[in-house]
Amino acid sequence: MSVRESNTVEIDARGLDHRVLNERVRAALEKDVPEIVLRNVCGQRYIGAGLTNDAAITIHGVPGNDLACFMTGPRVSVHGNAQDGAGNTMSAGSIAVHGHAGDVLAYSMRGGRVLVRDRAGYRAGIHMKAYGDLSPVVVVGGTVRDYAGEYMAGGTLVVLGIGRSRDEPLAGDFLGTGMHGGDIYLRGSVFDWQLGREVGRVPIDDAAWEWLMALNREFARVFGIADLRFDREEFTHLKPVSHRPYGRIYVH
Amino acid sequence: MTPETTKAAYVRRGEKDMSGCAIVGVMSEAGRRFPGDIAIRAIGAMHERSNGLGGGFAAYGIYPDRSDQYAFHIMFDHPGAEEATRAYVERHCVIVQDEAIPTRALEVIGPRPILQRYFIDLRPKARERYYGLTEEDIVVRIVMHINCEIEGAFVLSSGKNMGVFKGVGYPEDIGRFFRLDEYEAYSWLAHGRFPTNTTGWWGGAHPFGLLDWAVVHNGEVSSYGINRRYLENYGYHCALHTDTEVIAYLFDLLMRQQSLPLEIAAMAMAAPFWSRIERMGEEARELARTVRIVCGGALLNGPFSIVVGHRGGMIGLNDRTKLRPMVVARHDDLFFIASEEAAVRTVCPTPDHVWHAEGGVPIVGALKEQAVA
Repeated sequence: MSVRESNTVEIDARGLDHRVLNERVRAALEKDVPEIVLRNVCGQRYIGAGLTNDAAITIHGVPGNDLACFMTGPRVSVHGNAQDGAGNTMSAGSIAVHGHAGDVLAYSMRGGRVLVRDRAGYRAGIHMKAYGDLSPVVVVGGTVRDYAGEYMAGGTLVVLGIGRSRDEPLAGDFLGTGMHGGDIYLRGSVFDWQLGREVGRVPIDDAAWEWLMALNREFARVFGIADLRFDREEFTHLKPVSHRPYGRIYVH
Repeated sequence: MTPETTKAAYVRRGEKDMSGCAIVGVMSEAGRRFPGDIAIRAIGAMHERSNGLGGGFAAYGIYPDRSDQYAFHIMFDHPGAEEATRAYVERHCVIVQDEAIPTRALEVIGPRPILQRYFIDLRPKARERYYGLTEEDIVVRIVMHINCEIEGAFVLSSGKNMGVFKGVGYPEDIGRFFRLDEYEAYSWLAHGRFPTNTTGWWGGAHPFGLLDWAVVHNGEVSSYGINRRYLENYGYHCALHTDTEVIAYLFDLLMRQQSLPLEIAAMAMAAPFWSRIERMGEEARELARTVRIVCGGALLNGPFSIVVGHRGGMIGLNDRTKLRPMVVARHDDLFFIASEEAAVRTVCPTPDHVWHAEGGVPIVGALKEQAVA
């Protein structure tokens, strides 16, 4: 561990077991260091897990599974790709991945922001939820695979499809299956057969469009993308048709 | 304070890592042979995915001087099993060379079975006796007989110019135990096990091998009973108490015995949902329906990611809903499949191309024509 400037701590993660690395991060945060830079990260799990501090954690390399899980506070940026389960059950703070993400991105996420510059894998945003002031937001710059937004109970999943090739679908099958809360915005069209039977297409009202454009500007700024101009007509907006899709199953 | 000793301290305190198996495949598509360190380091990067109850490797191209003989790697629980196996094998085959598989004494590797390898030729009279069968069919029969009928003997691999090395331990320790840094192969498979349904024992570690097939698997085959019964019709008998065994035999049945192309074999094992089949064009729909009906017993249900090695390269396959991870990468002539991207980057920090496999879509690494093997 070395103090680069008075308020930044650098940790070389090369060869460190994930528990050792995470203990060093916690030790630094206990001294109220506002910024931690992790170098040579390669597969260490649970970075940022459960942290409640208001700090910036910058990761160089590929962090392991469950990045920032149960996190309530820090701003994490990854200069590399993320693996599976980034943002799992996160409640506040942010993750920005300057690369792609694996499967189950933002699984059960409850609040905060997750921005992924490129594509994400299967089950992005599965079972996200919202309560009171907490409402999670996930933006994927590229595309997503099957089961995106499955069982979503709240929050917002945005898929921008930037730079996708002509034969790469914006999303896979079973989109929003079992969804009963929240919103999915996709920049592009999807077929009816891709949709779970619990979601329907709805127009984007002015307030939602303004909010979405502010979010896109934030996305462009974080990843240094010069110009992101979208038309409202490009987007597909999905919402659940019922907030209790399986209610009847339990009626005798 | 080294990471290793710190880890030991956590283990003493009884803290536990949540796990899932780890798989790796790495090959040179140009046929360039390289030592086992790269496979050991790649699988070792995913240490948390194993729990020390199974690790193993398959290596292709390691016996160039004996590439005409079948290389049998066999484990024996006791010397009697070795004698019985030798007597049985010599009835059908000439043992050209036999030796103990070289190992290195390691404290972390517990009680071990007898580990022998045999380079064998089939006797002409065995071919006459089974005149309707190919040489490979006869080898399969010999393997099945040893595994099912000779108490305490299990064939780990039976291909040409390849071998399976496996046992109880963490994969990186098993790799050192078998001195894999001293072998050179053009293709390596590796596995770290977290046993879920059956106990951790030497024969139950991955890879599973038959002829030159080797399979490493993360997940579970919930259709095991159906697959096992289906395979019995074709002379395959499951004796290793682990679900992955059926995958090795299914590949042998579909691709070697029945000569189905990979796309069809993959369609049988990870069949598209009926809802997707209904959306296909007429010809594709008819084909997919036929495969699902005719090869229904080969459908693998449950979550899985597998890497299947063979003499021509390797195949990666995920279950159709992709419930297990699989990352693929290329760099120059190297081709990688792994459970985690970090495993690839540990041995190849900046690959040319990294991507994720799709459920039910086979990923292929293939030896270029004219390359060795």
